[in-house]
Amino acid sequence: MKMSFVLIEAWNGVRRNISMVVSVILVTLVSLTFVGSAALLQLQISNMKSYWYDKAQVAVYLCTQYSTLGACDQQEASTDQIAAVEAQLDSDTLKPYIDKWYFESHDDAYKNFTKQFKGSPVVDLVTPDLLPQTFWVNLTDPTQADLVFEALGGMSGVESVIDQRSYLDGIFSMLNAASLTAVGLAVLMLVAAALLIATTIRLSAFSRRRELAIMRLVGASNWFIQTPFIVEGVVAATIGSVLACGAIAGIVVFFVDGYLASALPTTSFITLADVWIVFPGLLLAGAVLAASSAYVAISRYLRV
Amino acid sequence: MIRFDGVSKVYKSGNRPALHDATLEVKPGEFVFLVGASGSGKSSFLRLILREERSSTGLIHVLGQDLGRLSNRKVPAYRRNLGVVFQDFRLLPTKTVFDNVAFALRVLGQSEAYIYDAVPEVLGLVGLGNKENRLPHELSGGEQQRVAIARAVVNKPAILLADEPTGNLDPATSAGIMDVLRNINAAGTTVLMATHDTAIVNDMKRRVVELSDGRIVRDEAGGQYQTRANRAVVDDSFPTRADSQPIAIEPLDFDPIPAFDPMTPTSEAVDLSYLDRLEEDPL
Repeated sequence: MKMSFVLIEAWNGVRRNISMVVSVILVTLVSLTFVGSAALLQLQISNMKSYWYDKAQVAVYLCTQYSTLGACDQQEASTDQIAAVEAQLDSDTLKPYIDKWYFESHDDAYKNFTKQFKGSPVVDLVTPDLLPQTFWVNLTDPTQADLVFEALGGMSGVESVIDQRSYLDGIFSMLNAASLTAVGLAVLMLVAAALLIATTIRLSAFSRRRELAIMRLVGASNWFIQTPFIVEGVVAATIGSVLACGAIAGIVVFFVDGYLASALPTTSFITLADVWIVFPGLLLAGAVLAASSAYVAISRYLRV
Repeated sequence: MIRFDGVSKVYKSGNRPALHDATLEVKPGEFVFLVGASGSGKSSFLRLILREERSSTGLIHVLGQDLGRLSNRKVPAYRRNLGVVFQDFRLLPTKTVFDNVAFALRVLGQSEAYIYDAVPEVLGLVGLGNKENRLPHELSGGEQQRVAIARAVVNKPAILLADEPTGNLDPATSAGIMDVLRNINAAGTTVLMATHDTAIVNDMKRRVVELSDGRIVRDEAGGQYQTRANRAVVDDSFPTRADSQPIAIEPLDFDPIPAFDPMTPTSEAVDLSYLDRLEEDPL
């Protein structure tokens, strides 16, 4: 009986305040969609990181006869120097950190280059001796590239040591900035949503102030007086959260997996299966936001 | 039942205390009139008992509870022991007579079976047994006040507080309301009634407590509305003429706003129901 009375009161509140309730739903929808998008970006970033960082290698470029960088003096790296680098890679100090390495000769490098830039006029300008011989090193832990720099960077015959991850960091920091922007907008929208819910509840309380005054006079418990308003706010916000989940799912299915995945086939993108985990969080966030702001609003209204 | 010990109440904005060093005891089953001019502290007195306010100094005990120590959380449970009736009835305009009375029980979580038992009984007690399904605006002022009384006593409170319950009613209707209150009192409920109504106080011959500027200036059993009041005013507050003739001050309870002058009651309650229709949807 008690619960049904509470629910009827909450429903009356929704009915009388329908335009405000709709605006709460919309604001919650937009703000939680931003929150969800930020989460999606983070998921995508970590997805790409694990994909690319595993593939990223440390390149140890050796001197060519044209090179003046590093320890090179326009001298092709000698067989002894190559052997020394090789010995260093196999040494006890480096070996535990190296998953595997392989050597790429001038001809191998040229073959890969022509394959990669097939059809481009640059292929005609390049000869095998222009491309450095390279040791490609896969580390067991990609973050420990510094060890290779220290061990091989200063050796004679080595032109430079480059961690491919440094190319990726630019992309990731850009994506991170986008995700932070989404979070910032989301926070602003959430503040707006909280204030709007509080205002809606206060308005709802105002339109029922006679009932409230009588409830207080006859000694209805605070729980009993407050619950319909909190239910009202939570219902509105939950509808908004469900719609936001739908929007997120739509973004993933139609934009990411539909458009982006076909436009950039080499990149691995998140799928709906990856983003399920975001939905309970969004629903919970919407409900908690609404319940707390409704509680604060109604408590202020009912202070004895 | 109700005990005030040196109670004073000062409102934040006011410099003058609304109640000054009031000491009073009301015993179970008593019927007490609270009289005095507007602003003399009658309403503050009732609000303190309701625990809508806390006293600034002094102790208030009601039904064995020290209201100064009663936490906000326990106020609802405390108020279930009190019934309250106001001058303006405060009925819910969209609910029927039955639902208005039942509302007080529903918000306390009573079962429907109990409600369908208790509400007709109390409506019979106030003489509205055949009007359960009317809406408040279909009733006369006196009938509306009976509904309000039914709502106040349906929960069988130990104390009934009435703040000028006949203020909007004509003398004949007021007499009917007083009969209802007398019956409720006879059944054992302590009644505390603030009023301006001279005739009622003089007819009932019950205990009268007079307030003036927040002080209890008179407390007598079987009292009249104005006995010492004129004297008190002339003696204490007003300058007398050189020939020491008392100034005739009639009525004592002059209220500067004629529309609310309780000495000239209107036969019907002012119809404010249009306000409810306006407020129904604030947007």
